[in-house]
Amino acid sequence: MIWSGLFEHWSKRRSCAIRTGVITVGLVAGMALSGAYAQVSQPVFPSARGEQCVEPVDVMRRDHFEFLKHQRDKTVHEGIRTPRHSLAGCIDCHADKDAQGRFVPVNAKGQFCQSCHVYAAVKIDCFSCHAARPSERVSQSP
Amino acid sequence: MDMKDSSPASARRTFFTQASAGVALLALAPGVRLVDLALARVQDEPASATQRWGLLVDVDRCVSGCDACVSACDTEHGLDGNERPQTDAQWIRKVDLVDNNTEHQLSLPVMCQHCEEPPCVDVCPTGASFRRADGIVLVDKHTCIGCRYCMMACPYKARSFIHEDLTGQKTHAPRGKGTVESCTLCVHRVDRGESPACVEACTDAGHEALVFGDINDRNDPLATQLAETTTRELRADLKLNTAVRYRGL
Repeated sequence: MIWSGLFEHWSKRRSCAIRTGVITVGLVAGMALSGAYAQVSQPVFPSARGEQCVEPVDVMRRDHFEFLKHQRDKTVHEGIRTPRHSLAGCIDCHADKDAQGRFVPVNAKGQFCQSCHVYAAVKIDCFSCHAARPSERVSQSP
Repeated sequence: MDMKDSSPASARRTFFTQASAGVALLALAPGVRLVDLALARVQDEPASATQRWGLLVDVDRCVSGCDACVSACDTEHGLDGNERPQTDAQWIRKVDLVDNNTEHQLSLPVMCQHCEEPPCVDVCPTGASFRRADGIVLVDKHTCIGCRYCMMACPYKARSFIHEDLTGQKTHAPRGKGTVESCTLCVHRVDRGESPACVEACTDAGHEALVFGDINDRNDPLATQLAETTTRELRADLKLNTAVRYRGL
């Protein structure tokens, strides 16, 4: 009886040790993974021209496509071409210039639209039809 | 007013009197005008059914061999072809006609006729093809699936399909592969209170064969000319009530 009791005690300790080991390995792996996540850098993009966006930044981050979609229907079907919430308005402020002073498309690598959409893994289809550089009116202004 | 007094001071006084009367007539209060400007619309107001934009083509003034309207349209909307006439987009084309009996020759531009009863809108399965309140027939390319029913339905062959990927589109003229497009009557210019590019080019070329305006406004030069002269619709038998009319055809 004594021996069997000792054996039982030993086997319990052993399974406990295995469990602890598994948990430890899991924790270490988890920490390593979370470390890997921390290494995914936040999107970096050129700063916009102009003083302020048409909406607060957190609102724009969450709902910009709703604004764009609403404005697009108003523009195409009703002819309302106000710049607020228009795609052209976004591009006019957010397009960056290269070293030669030429506008870079907003969907080029590292630019405003592309950098965030790559980070969020969302494909943007706007620029297969729409101009990704500012309108001629803005391009000609200094 | 003393009509005999022809001194500069008097002339200036007369000018100011007339000018102030004119200003009083035009602006009673901010935003309230007795005489509305014919073309301008407030930027945040939707297009209204009180207007119907139209075009008069004077075939007698249209010159054979001149393609000022076509090239102006191509430049305005960035319709750079791929040197493939069978498939390149064509929003406006010049058509030359010869009467076989008399050998009388005619040349005229043909584009979307902006019908009141557009067959392209009837057949569109997604509602992408639509007629704006002010009569301009357009394609909402966000909902166009590229089925090309409208191209088959249009009696004027006014629509084109974009077969290839495009780059370098203009901000005011978004265009993309897999969608159908046609003359927009330069809707972006009309919304700014300007005439379409083809009309401007024709006037600049000295032909003045194209007149743009509001068919519903009796004081508009277009409506006046339509009222005074005999004009024709292309394929009037279809009873589409087109906004583009031809004189001398």
